[in-house]
Amino acid sequence: MGMTEAVLLTVIAAAVPLLLAALGEVVVERAGVLNLGIEGMMAVGASCGFAAATLSGSTTVGIVAAVAAGVALSAVFALLTLGFAANQVASGLALTIMGLGLSGLIGAGFVGRTREAVGRLDVPGLTDLPAVGPLLFGHDPFVYGAAALTLGIAYFLKRSHPGLVLRSIGENHVSAHALGLPVLRVRVLAVLFGGACAGLAGAYLSLVYTPFWSPGMTAGRGWIALALVVFASWRPLRAAAGALVFGGATVLQLHAQAASLGLPSQALSALPYLATVVALVVMSIGRGRTSAVPGSLGVPFVPDR
Amino acid sequence: MRHILKLAGALALAAGLAAPAAAQEKLKIGFIYVGPVGDHGWSYQHDQGRKAIEAAFPGKVETTYVESVPEADSDRSIEQLARTGHKLIFTTSFGFMEPTLKVAAKYPNVMFEHATGYKRAKNVATYSGRFHEGRYVQGVIAGKMTKSNIIGYVGAYPIPEVVAGINAFMLGAQSVNPNVKVKIVWANTWFDPGKEGDAAKALLAQGADIITQHTDSPAPLQQAEAAGKFAFGQASDMIRFAPKGQLTAIIDDWAPYYVERTRAMLEGKWQSHDVWDGLAKGKVKMAPYTNMPDDVKKLALETEEAIKTGKLDPFKCPVLDQDGKQVECKGKGALSDPQILSMNFYVKGIDDKLPK
Repeated sequence: MGMTEAVLLTVIAAAVPLLLAALGEVVVERAGVLNLGIEGMMAVGASCGFAAATLSGSTTVGIVAAVAAGVALSAVFALLTLGFAANQVASGLALTIMGLGLSGLIGAGFVGRTREAVGRLDVPGLTDLPAVGPLLFGHDPFVYGAAALTLGIAYFLKRSHPGLVLRSIGENHVSAHALGLPVLRVRVLAVLFGGACAGLAGAYLSLVYTPFWSPGMTAGRGWIALALVVFASWRPLRAAAGALVFGGATVLQLHAQAASLGLPSQALSALPYLATVVALVVMSIGRGRTSAVPGSLGVPFVPDR
Repeated sequence: MRHILKLAGALALAAGLAAPAAAQEKLKIGFIYVGPVGDHGWSYQHDQGRKAIEAAFPGKVETTYVESVPEADSDRSIEQLARTGHKLIFTTSFGFMEPTLKVAAKYPNVMFEHATGYKRAKNVATYSGRFHEGRYVQGVIAGKMTKSNIIGYVGAYPIPEVVAGINAFMLGAQSVNPNVKVKIVWANTWFDPGKEGDAAKALLAQGADIITQHTDSPAPLQQAEAAGKFAFGQASDMIRFAPKGQLTAIIDDWAPYYVERTRAMLEGKWQSHDVWDGLAKGKVKMAPYTNMPDDVKKLALETEEAIKTGKLDPFKCPVLDQDGKQVECKGKGALSDPQILSMNFYVKGIDDKLPK
């Protein structure tokens, strides 16, 4: 395996958790809800996933548990913000704090335990192709899953009827409600889907990326995923590209250091955030006709009776 | 005990007096940790020390800890402990220095112990470990074990403690292998398993066959194990994360010091001081030497012993800096403690630029 391949494989691995979490949040925000609790849901997903996988001995059970945990936590958020129309920013921050605490509690008995990392899922015949083989077909199942999810969500939002309904609710919930669209029901489903994705991203951290559980192991990736959604201007394909840029910025600077290229590591560590700021500036300059921000984003909806 | 209390109570009642607490009040001891106790490393080891106090003085002490306290916002947590009757408070990260002094000034009757700091007061003592001694031993092992002559070093931040660790490691490696090279990657974090692991992957891709780290999670060690290479554990014995890859680990053993200071407190002999102990006093320990040939193991043990007895100082003079210039020798035949604690240069042979 050559140097370039080694670097690209690490970039993809670093991008996957960001992409999974960001894809969920794209759907949530396109439905007009701002859930800042990704970090908390990811942490709970990571601890529940690791705990379940260790107890059952099965990675699949771990993944299911992580997704279920993410959904459960997002259900709390849905109840607060959609059921009681509470402030979404405050509820999201509370969700992060609660999730980080809860994950420590759940994982307390599993600190210091280890398990085998989830291996590569090779495609017979294709993985052995020269050059592109390992790059396209030499990954763990999460990578293929993330790629499929990206295409699926892109299709759903852009081409399907339910996707159109979801977007229209996110753009203007008052009009959508007047048209008889089930605003709150769609939003609840979107929030739960976002929770599932964040839980899955957490499972990737504790089962594949670094196969152990430790409190705080999400290390701010939930916040980077939030930045990624903005960077991608709420589009799934751009989120995938952005995840590679964000993951790449982190990983490439490590490789640059190892190769003694003499680049300033502190500045390079800040690259994802700088990239987001630049993207925001570019977007606001190029914002000629329409805004990329969903019109009703973060606004509570109380149907009039 | 309960019977005695009952008896005392009955006597007091009989005498028509309010009974003072018959049992002696427990000494309350507080701990402030910078990370989660489940980090397998730094904070975990401090918590082991706390548990040792509980075990050593059953019924006489009561301990409390607050974990994951952000350094910049630690005043509140420290003051909370001081206000709730804790008489001895350990603050266990460099960044707690100023907040500890601030709270200590307000509570002159509460004694404070600050780890890795250099500012003291009448009721603030400081203590730390000479971890660079362990790193010298690791350097000797790495110098012997490497086949590619490239060693990967994952550092957290370019602060003196880490830089001194890199230098001690390199001097140890050079003492047995003049051709050894060390490649350094700064993770710019103490704890981010994913990023630490990626840093190790980058070093392995550059041909490193031994990984050593000065960050807190077992991820770099795990990556080395997965690649079939060797590595060292950090702060605690991490052998379960790399049964075939861990050569040894530096173990921070705070327990004896914590027990000693608690005893001083109970006996009313506590005084402010500054203690910087290493291998000799057992504050820094080496995990069992594993996964290496017998001759390397023997050499490692000899090196450890020589440092313990004082025959060997990792920073014995002359120490040459990167340009080959001799560093002024302010200690007795070796660099002085203040020189080590403020180290901001690489030794000769490190082919990299120190970020400033």
